Amino acid sequence: MSAAAVPGLVAVVLVTLVTLAIGTWGLRFSRTTSDFFVASRTVRPGLNASAIGGEYLSAASFLGIAGLLLVGGADMLWYPVGWTAGYLVLLVLVAAPLRRSGAYTLPDFAEARLGSRAVRAACSLLVVGIGWLYLIPQFEGAGLTLRTAIGAPEWAGPVVVGGVVLANVTSGGMRSVTFVQAFQYWLKLTAILVPVAVLLVVWWGDGRPHGTAGADGWSFPVAGDGGIGLYTTYSLIGGLFLGTMGLPHVVVRFYTNPDGRAARRTTVVVLALLGLFYLWPPVYAALGRVYAGRLVAEDRSDVLVLELPRLMLDGLGGDLLTGLVTAGAFAAFLSTSSGLAIAVSGVLTQDVTTRLVGEQRGGVAAFRLAAVVAVVIPVAAALLVRDVGVAQSVGLAFAVAASTFCPLLVLGIWWRRLTAVGALAGLAAGGLGAGGAAIATLAGYAPGGWAGALLGQPAAWTVPLAAAVMVLVSLATADREPAHARRFLVQLHTPESMSR
Amino acid sequence: MRTDRLWRRGRLGSEADRAAFRALHQASLAAPPLREGLTTESAERAVRHLRNLLGTPAVAITDTEAVLAWDGSGSHHLDQAAVVGLLAIEKGTTRTVDRGQLGCTTNGCPIRTGVVSPLVVDGRVLGTVQAFAPSPTAGLVRATEEVAAWVSGQLELAELDAHRNRMIEAEVRALRAQISPHFVYNSLNAIASFVRTDPDRARELLLEFADFTRYSFRRHGEFTTLAEELRSIERYLLLEQARFGDRLQVTLNIAPEVLPVVVPFLCIQPLVENAVRHGLESVEHTGQLTIVAHDRGHEAVLEVEDNGVGEDPEKVRRALAGDVALDSVGLGNVDARLRATFGDDYGLVVETAPGAGTKVIVRVPKFAPGVTV
Repeated sequence: MSAAAVPGLVAVVLVTLVTLAIGTWGLRFSRTTSDFFVASRTVRPGLNASAIGGEYLSAASFLGIAGLLLVGGADMLWYPVGWTAGYLVLLVLVAAPLRRSGAYTLPDFAEARLGSRAVRAACSLLVVGIGWLYLIPQFEGAGLTLRTAIGAPEWAGPVVVGGVVLANVTSGGMRSVTFVQAFQYWLKLTAILVPVAVLLVVWWGDGRPHGTAGADGWSFPVAGDGGIGLYTTYSLIGGLFLGTMGLPHVVVRFYTNPDGRAARRTTVVVLALLGLFYLWPPVYAALGRVYAGRLVAEDRSDVLVLELPRLMLDGLGGDLLTGLVTAGAFAAFLSTSSGLAIAVSGVLTQDVTTRLVGEQRGGVAAFRLAAVVAVVIPVAAALLVRDVGVAQSVGLAFAVAASTFCPLLVLGIWWRRLTAVGALAGLAAGGLGAGGAAIATLAGYAPGGWAGALLGQPAAWTVPLAAAVMVLVSLATADREPAHARRFLVQLHTPESMSR
Repeated sequence: MRTDRLWRRGRLGSEADRAAFRALHQASLAAPPLREGLTTESAERAVRHLRNLLGTPAVAITDTEAVLAWDGSGSHHLDQAAVVGLLAIEKGTTRTVDRGQLGCTTNGCPIRTGVVSPLVVDGRVLGTVQAFAPSPTAGLVRATEEVAAWVSGQLELAELDAHRNRMIEAEVRALRAQISPHFVYNSLNAIASFVRTDPDRARELLLEFADFTRYSFRRHGEFTTLAEELRSIERYLLLEQARFGDRLQVTLNIAPEVLPVVVPFLCIQPLVENAVRHGLESVEHTGQLTIVAHDRGHEAVLEVEDNGVGEDPEKVRRALAGDVALDSVGLGNVDARLRATFGDDYGLVVETAPGAGTKVIVRVPKFAPGVTV
């Protein structure tokens, strides 16, 4: 291990320790009755929004976007735009009614809305699938970061991060999860903002060179290839805009809001926080066009954020900034994968392992078993599957979420006539379509032309397909409309102040 | 050989077997609405299945005054159905109605005769089942009688359900009533002691007392959020601290993530009241009370712990089993209500021994179907 590895190693260890410490002791200070009100106060929208931001900004946001922009140019800006705008759709259509439904997870919502165990089971399956699809790139990113920062072998990253996440989740280290994740957001923002500010000063000092930033259509916001490029771009936009609401770890966080109004406020703050963060990866990409052309040639664009400080600055300055971005990157997949692992193991506990372990042995054993399953399988998959690109595989997870949970949530909240059979058929159509495309892509099957585009970016055809199947089958089974649908929708759309 | 066996397994038995399956299936379809009691809505949903079961052109269900539901042809006999229903209700036995009584002049109307059988629950007649057919047969009389007996059984179960719900409601009411007497008396005494020495504090305590009673006596809603419940507990503890002063030390450790969890109304407060009583009233040293709420993913875990005299585990077991002769009255009630709301997996867990204090653990799922504020 060389001296260059020291700042990265220190950063990784520090982030892990601080995360564990906040998670374990965040709320351990005792209070007396005189400040009971502080103790029993619900989580404020600002804090909750920071926590959502912390959990949401994954390795794909921290590392992937800058790399994609460096290679692909401005059409890749749709990733950060879509990841942010997804919350706008969530805010307008879903946030408050979902909170008022009282559901903690997406399967909970499906069961409450449609009163069907079968739909619940299908949703649980999808939550686990989407969670795993989303965890794989996180662990891949971990491998990338550890190799770049401390020269560890490729397999070390997934195993180390998987181990830390597993220890964290099973030991109760995520007990005060809101504080941990809120801390992670601000850490990530600092880790991306401070280095880029310094690097911009350096760039200014160099006489503001342009490099190749403006050349060869780099700044054109639609992918090339005519019709296929246009399809790919719109499919990506659709998948990202509509997929956010179906991410298991995002929905779970909304439960912490005391009411629908707080859920909306939280979403607005999330939009602002994400917007603030996503301003900076494109700046890295633009600076990369000037200083890091080498990475494109070597096909290592994903490590741009990690390497740019050293490419632009020598000595201690470069080392410190490298340590900071490494800390941010490590925080990114630690927080996202912890959140996902909790969400996935929660669903596994409720619907699978409790039955295996037996209720008498208590919930803790069942939860631990579920957590092991939830983490080990994507770690193994990350070791087997290589080189899909962090942001693209996250994009596939979004596509599956958009093709399944988005129609279920939107129709479930806004359309009284949705039936359990219709929901099941729609989930199956969307899940098989988008999930099949995702698996084919992950397995390395990439035909050229339209077939490749349809498989690589499935959202544009799977979302309408799932929604249409849901509507048509529901209309065909109109006599199976849940008896409580009308009452439930009134509950979803009535502000709490009126119903009390 | 093999194909023969497969073929035989694929068949649904003899003609008689299949008729029995059909009858059982129709009965199972009619059962859920009838289990809601005898109303227009439930009768309308059940009557179609009853007609399939009887295989007659028309079937009616009445209560003691009017026709609730009619299925099949010849609905111009609706008014007569109410009248013939009264007859069977008066006598309390099955009656047949002949052509003369129905006196139908409409051409092609299949309703010429009928059988009226009363629905009897606990010796009371609730209504009738009426089957109409072109000609009277002994088989129809027997079938109608059997169907009426079966429907009566379902209605009896419905009454049991309603009875059980009323019991639980009464228990909730009883629990609210239990809070008041000791506590109201003690609190008012404690407040009175401050009126001259510290009028401002006395006023504050009175306001807390007012808020506490408003919450405890509220009439609507079976559920509340943990945040609301804790707020009420805070007021309760302020009032108890006014009475005990430094002898009561309270420590809280509440994860904010679990505050929106929906719990049965007044399910934590009795546990705290028990802890205060055990932790203080028979102990010389300072009473330590600890309330902890953890976030465990899809569940919230609450612990109420005191360092008081403790309790014989066997006595606690009996209290949880519903033996009301014990001191810890609230415990069994809270346990029963938690189980009724969330299922048997979510009962109270009590860790205690004489002289070792008491710790009561409550697990609550973050979501349960039908449990909303």
